[in-house]
Amino acid sequence: MNKTVNQKAWFLVLPVIVLVAFNAIIPLMTVVNYSLQETFGDNTFFWSGVRWYEEILHSDRFWASLGRQLFFTFTILLIEVPLGVAIALTMPKKGPWVSVCLVLMSLPLLIPWNVVGAMWNIFALPDIGLLGYLLNAIGFDFNYTRQTGDAWFTLITMDVWHWTSLVVLLAYAGLVSIPDAYYQAALIDGASKWKIFRFIQLPKMKRVLTIAILLRFMDSFNIYTEPKVLTGGGPGNSTTLLSIDLDKIALGQFDLGPAGAMSLIYFLIILLTSWIFYTLMMRNEEQ
Amino acid sequence: MRISKWLVPSLYILFLMLPIYWLVSMSFKTTNEILRGFSLFPQEFTLENYAKIFSDPTWYWGYINSLAYVSMNTVLSVAVALPAAYAFSRYRFLGDKHLFFWLLTNRMAPAAVFALPFLQLYSSIGLFDTYIAVALAHTLFNVPLAVWILEGFMSGVPKELDETAYVDGHSFPSFFFKIFLPTIAAGIGVAIFFCFMFSWVELLLAKTLTSVEAKPIAAVMTRTASTSGYELGLLAAAGTLTIIPGAIVIWFVRNYIAKGFALGRV
Repeated sequence: MNKTVNQKAWFLVLPVIVLVAFNAIIPLMTVVNYSLQETFGDNTFFWSGVRWYEEILHSDRFWASLGRQLFFTFTILLIEVPLGVAIALTMPKKGPWVSVCLVLMSLPLLIPWNVVGAMWNIFALPDIGLLGYLLNAIGFDFNYTRQTGDAWFTLITMDVWHWTSLVVLLAYAGLVSIPDAYYQAALIDGASKWKIFRFIQLPKMKRVLTIAILLRFMDSFNIYTEPKVLTGGGPGNSTTLLSIDLDKIALGQFDLGPAGAMSLIYFLIILLTSWIFYTLMMRNEEQ
Repeated sequence: MRISKWLVPSLYILFLMLPIYWLVSMSFKTTNEILRGFSLFPQEFTLENYAKIFSDPTWYWGYINSLAYVSMNTVLSVAVALPAAYAFSRYRFLGDKHLFFWLLTNRMAPAAVFALPFLQLYSSIGLFDTYIAVALAHTLFNVPLAVWILEGFMSGVPKELDETAYVDGHSFPSFFFKIFLPTIAAGIGVAIFFCFMFSWVELLLAKTLTSVEAKPIAAVMTRTASTSGYELGLLAAAGTLTIIPGAIVIWFVRNYIAKGFALGRV
């Protein structure tokens, strides 16, 4: 759409800027402050420069958490996006079942995150949980509180359960916006199912899928409450993702300096990745 | 082919419902029965857990508190996002693209990073333990999202609508409220849904910013779990009740979600 240049539009944006700036800039500056200072807990602070940053970047613990975080995020993206698209493709396009499907599928999205964690915590227990009990009954030695592999399996299954519906909703929205004429044309050309998907449905879903991937990337990188309640980072440190590690440093040990530095490094990683993604998306759109 | 078409969504919904069934089923069991061992259905069906929640003010006020700040946040987020989204969709102005991305960056900030600074900020301005504090804090991630969604919908409305209205003698406010907002009602529905959803499910900030007066239901649950032993039945009942407001909201906006998304660029 052609947009007119109008500098007065700033007034329309002003309330948003004031509100978000208040919430974003002041706390962010507090974190920057912490990350550059040292304190002995008596409210006196000393300048410490970039020491905390060096310490974090040289600590094995940080890189291990980052590695686990990356593994988690890429695994869930690889499962949730194709699965979400597949489900959206098979959903009914019209009729009363559409509402039923949408309502039931949205349910997991609206459950508070600590409830999601607590629910799966019990659901996967080998003695009293449905999932754990069934897995053991069919011969698996499943115990997610003791075995690392099982803990990861539970964590990833929980996230797939929780968030695939978001991808489904967005992909479905992209699909229903395709006019019938496209399908009729494809039918006349004798296009195969795969070709219809590849040349009609996929291009039409591109924008919504970009949004879905971006949202899932940001949110899975920030995930905190669910793994905290589900495994608490354990067994050992095996499922300690970045935010849980950060929480241990900031609120557990009250090391504000290292926690501040780590927060900013953490934030920068998400920012940079999303910026690259966003720029690519915008460039595609302008073409 | 026809069977397989039904099979995939049905299996997926079954997969979604199983953990929810387990939660609901536990809420009708006594804690003793839950701990005694595995049982697919409640053996000694009881409503005691629910009775306790509806008779204990700490519990039911948790729900009222949560609903209060979530509604405040939703209204506030959508109200400020509407004019901003209009500006982004209709005009080009200095720094517009950067501003849009800067807004989005706030959606990326890990709540774990902001918890402590938020506590200090809201304590220092005397808003600690109020609905307003949580409602304001949640605008950090909800306003950018609402702007993003609404901008998509507004861009889908042709500009001729604006121009015709001005020719017909409408002022900007009269056009905006009487013509434009009803046109993008579906978009507003979708934005409300997402704002409600993300504010309702967030716990970390809500818990950090409250202590007694505005304590959200999720915090009541975690504190009960740590103080009075592990009352699983009661927690399951409380968890089940947290699903209900969300389910009601989905039911109201279900048509908007299906149609709404399709209309906008989102």
